[in-house]
This record gives sequence, structure tokens and C-alpha cells, in this order.
Amino acid sequence: MAIVYERPKSLNGAPFTYCPGCTHGIITQQVAAAIDELGIVDDTICVGCVGCGGYIAWFMDTDAIYSLHGRAPANATGIKRMNPDKVVFTYQGDGDLASIGTAEIVQAAHRGEKITTIFVNNATYGMTGGQMAPTTLVGQKTTTSPYGRDAAHCGKPIRMCELLSTIDGAAFIQRVAVNTPGNVRKARAAIKRAFQCQIEGKGFALVEVLSACPTNWGKTPAAALDWIASDMIPYYPLGNFKDFQ
Amino acid sequence: MAKVLMKGNEAMAEAAIQAGCQAFFGYPITPQSEIPEYFARELPKRGGLFLQAESELAAMNMVMGASASGARVMTSTSGPGYCLKLETLAAMTLTRLPAVVVVVMRSGPAFGTMKAAQEDYRMNGNGGYKVVTFAPSNLQEAAEMVYEAFDIADQYRNPVVVMADGMIGQMMEGVDYDKMPPKRTALPPKTWALHGRGARAGKKPQLLFLPDGMGHYGAKHYCETQLYPEIIRNETRVEITDVEDADIVLAAYGTAARMCKNVIRELQGTVRLGMIRPKTLWPFPYEAFEQIGPKCKAIVVPEINIIGQMIDDVRIASAGRWPAHHVGDSQNDFLTPNRIRDKVLAVWEGLQ
Amino acid sequence: MISSVRFHQDACKGCELCIHFCPKGLIQTDTAVLNANGVHPTKITRQEECVACANCAIMCPDGVITVEKF
Repeated sequence: MAIVYERPKSLNGAPFTYCPGCTHGIITQQVAAAIDELGIVDDTICVGCVGCGGYIAWFMDTDAIYSLHGRAPANATGIKRMNPDKVVFTYQGDGDLASIGTAEIVQAAHRGEKITTIFVNNATYGMTGGQMAPTTLVGQKTTTSPYGRDAAHCGKPIRMCELLSTIDGAAFIQRVAVNTPGNVRKARAAIKRAFQCQIEGKGFALVEVLSACPTNWGKTPAAALDWIASDMIPYYPLGNFKDFQ
Repeated sequence: MAKVLMKGNEAMAEAAIQAGCQAFFGYPITPQSEIPEYFARELPKRGGLFLQAESELAAMNMVMGASASGARVMTSTSGPGYCLKLETLAAMTLTRLPAVVVVVMRSGPAFGTMKAAQEDYRMNGNGGYKVVTFAPSNLQEAAEMVYEAFDIADQYRNPVVVMADGMIGQMMEGVDYDKMPPKRTALPPKTWALHGRGARAGKKPQLLFLPDGMGHYGAKHYCETQLYPEIIRNETRVEITDVEDADIVLAAYGTAARMCKNVIRELQGTVRLGMIRPKTLWPFPYEAFEQIGPKCKAIVVPEINIIGQMIDDVRIASAGRWPAHHVGDSQNDFLTPNRIRDKVLAVWEGLQ
Repeated sequence: MISSVRFHQDACKGCELCIHFCPKGLIQTDTAVLNANGVHPTKITRQEECVACANCAIMCPDGVITVEKF
């Protein structure tokens, strides 16, 4: 009898506090599964962010710290520089990473900081109730873009992978999605490689994960996953933007 | 080691390294830039880490990460950067992470000017936290305070701020590093430091958001009702000079207090002056004012700012017993001994 | 029967993604159970038809499902 899938061991067993159908739960498990596969649970330090993604710090069976809004890469820098032989990762949402924390993520990549970042892009601010994010799609209705995001008024969504892959210090950049079982398997492989990038000392690594927020999108969990395929992936193309040898 | 002639900023940086500072994260801003420059030059040679951050904000969050990893860590800045660090400083008081922050005050608000000032007395982040705040008045003291700040931060698991003014940062004076305060013994071990759970007995994972076993309210309640009173009892520092039979008491800190000493000498035989010099702005030495004798008629509070900041605490300590008069400015020649002398004489004449 | 699929029903939030992604339509809501989350959790029916693809478990945001293959 072989286990095909079970809840990863690097989680501490606490029930997730994400909403029903929120794919943060899938991503959190894939991060933990990658840590399981690499056998690094004893040596990993998780840096949570502000927003729904920050809850990961309460679910990991690793050392963890909760950092201020947008500042996880700076916090992780301090930790990694003091623990160069440990594996340090940040887990940040799109409000955290692509809005308030753009300076920190760009500069962490610029320094070639040997950390791994899991960037969860669900095109909205989840925890605060579904406001517009820099990643919100044009025309997408949120509580602060009630008539749909107007590109003339607040620009078009920011593509962080494309932006960060221009920086020399970034060694691994990939965008994945968790809308189908096949894409989740690819996401796991990318997350694992992003950890390997750090373990091999290659430089900064980031995996952007297109994720669903059924609650704030006003969709059923299944319809939300369909929306990732129909609306998000065309604007945020999946694939590897940068890899290491 | 004999006295060495040093610039204030460099003296504070050297004291930090001698106190075992393992990491410094900073950002350039006048009048403190010699601190990161000194660390950049010296710390790598002495086994430590210097890293220039992209902003004061990021620097402070790097400090938080390094502190969470158990390191003795420091940053320094001036008022505009201190504003940016305060959110993180507040977070570190809640998460109970020690660190040392040196603030070399300049004239604000915001960009302001590069001139020395004492205008950040009341600057605080959110949530009602407290941090020991040293106020050095000469370079020997600045070095000693920075040196001791690391032990105090570790002892209480709470950050310590050393609030110097631009004069202290920029002036040169002799400093004797043989005269540093004794190392505190029996500091609590940093069992909470993040090195991966494998480094901890029983492989118990550590989450640094709140101290173990505490909720948000509980952690905050503990600090406000137990930790801060303990710090007030143990760490309040003040220099009290001749207040028992003074006609007028001067209350001042930092460079302003230094000027007061000239005035006291100059007015010997004219007015009997005493002085209360807080060495810690928090905890503020309220009880020192109970030593003021019955002849005292007024308190004069020289500060390098326009209408006074510390004067509010002096008034609380006075409890209506003595009028408190501000003197000072942050204009061109801000505060001088002559201006303090003139104010004291004016107050004295008004009392006759 | 080549597999075993177990549901930790207490943790289920009723999002039904497992039902959506089962290629053989073997999963359904267990209306006989109401868990502490206030939802009818899901369960597997016709276990013998399961091919242990684990798509249900991979897509479960709450790690409710364990899939084993004989």
C-alpha cells in the first residue's frame, strides 16, 4: 500500500482558517509537500506576511515569524543573513508583495538574496474584504473598483514575474496556477525547484501562483477556478521566466 | 586603552561593536551617516555583518529578522527615518525582540533641515508600547549608553533607543573604552531564536508573533502592567545637581544639558541653580523632582526646539508646584548658553 | 479494489472541489453528517471504481483526503 496523497507532514495539523474553496489551502499544502520531499522541515524558517497569506505561519510545523505588511523580504533578509545555512521562505499575497511591498521584493531580488518567495496572486485583497489590488484585472469589479478596474484611471495590472526576471540577482522565476490537478502538480515542482535554488545558493527565487478567492470574487469554488483559466492566465501567462543551471 | 579622540557617531558605532553587535542594517541620512560608514568599514573585519538596506523601513525589518535569529543587532537613523522605523519598532515590542536603535535627531518636521535638534522626544509608533530611551550628553556617555543598551534590550526582550541630537553625533571628544559599564550577567538565553526547529530541543517549532503561550491582549497586558513597571524601577537614570537649595532648577537633556553646565558656572553668586538631567527620557525620572528644595521658585527647561517637548513631562513632575519656562529654538543658532543664561536671569528678575 | 480514499470529515468546509475534479464522479455530499464547520462533508461512493488518481486530494484546500494505492 502506497500513499498517493496525504496532508503534508510539514504542516502542524491546525485546521486552515482560509475560506471554503480558497486555494491558499492548496498552495500552503504544496509548499509543505515540497519541504517534505526535500527533507528540510528541521532547517526551514517561514516568513508570513500581512493578509490571508500570513496565516501560513500558524500552519507550518517549522520555525516561523509573522512580518509587517509588505516587509517579509526584508525580514527574511535579516533571518537568512544570520542563518546562511537554513532555508528561508516568504509567503506573500499580491497586496503585500505587488503593492505595499514592491520596494522590498525588488531590492531582495536586486541583492540576489538567497531566499525563496511564494507569491500568491488572487487579483484582490482577500483579508480586508475584496478591494482592488495592483493585480486586479481590467474591468474586474472589487469593493474599491465597483464599476470595474478602469485602466485609464489606475493603470493595467502589474506582472511581477516579468518585472523581477529582468533583475540579475533573480535566479529562478516561474508563474504557475492551481486551477487544475495538473497545474497543481506543476506548481509543486516549481516550488520545489525554487527551494533548490536557495539550497544551491544560486540567488533569489520566486514562484507566482495564480490563486482563487471565491469569497471576494463572488463565485463558487469551481467557477472561481474556471475564471483563473478564462481570465487570469491569458493576462498572466504561465511558464518559467528564469532558471538556473 | 587610553582615551581616543572620536566623532560621536563613530564612538557610538565602536561601542556597539565592543558590546557584541553582530549585525547592522542601515540607510544613509544626515547627521548619522558616519554610523553606517563605520560599521561598513569595521564590522566585516570583526566577524559581523553590515548591510545597507533600500530604506529605513527595510533596514528596521532586517533588524527584526536578525533579532528573531538571536543576533545582537542595531540600526541608526535620524528623525525622518525614525518615523519609518516606528511601525517595526512597535511590532518588535509586541513580538518581544531586542535591538538597539540610535536616533541622531535633526530639525523636522519631515525633511526639515540638517541642523541638530531635540524634536523627536515624543515620537512613537502605535499601540502604547514603551522602550528604554537613552539621552547622552557627551561622547563618553553616548558610547556607554550604546554599549549597555544591548544588555538592557536582551534582559527585557525589548528594543532600546539611544536618542542623541545632531551635536552629539557630529562633535569630537575623547572616549575611553576601558570605562564601559559592566556586562550584565545572567541574561535570559534566547531559546526562542529562529534557527530552524532542528536546532531546538525536541524539535519544537517556534512561531515568533507573540511570546509563547500568550494571546495578543495578554502579551500587551503583560508588558504594560508588569514589564514596563519593572523597567521603570530598574532603569530610570538621572543626574541631579544641587536641587536641594536651588532658587531655579534647570531641566534638560543631551546637548541642552551640556550648555546648562556653563550657565550654572557663569551665574554662580547671582542665582543658585540646580539641574535635573534625565539620562533616560523613558523611563522619565519623575521622582527626581521630589528632591527639589523649598527655596525653588521656577524650573527652566532648555530644549533645541521651538516651544518645548520634554517640558510636558517636567510639568507633570512639577504637579503645579513650580512654573516651567521653555527656552530654546531650532532656528539658526538654535540654543546657546547665552540664551539660557538670559532666560534664567529674566525669570529670576520676574521673581524678585 | 486498488485504492483506499479516506475523508477526514471534521476538516471539510464543503467547497465541493473534490466532487468537481473526480474524473469518475465517485464523490458526493454526505447528507447524513453535519460537521463542526456546519457543512455536510463529502465522501466517496463506489470505492471499487476509484483509480487512485488523487485529483480529489490534490485539489482539496483543507487536506481532508488521504489516497492510498494497493
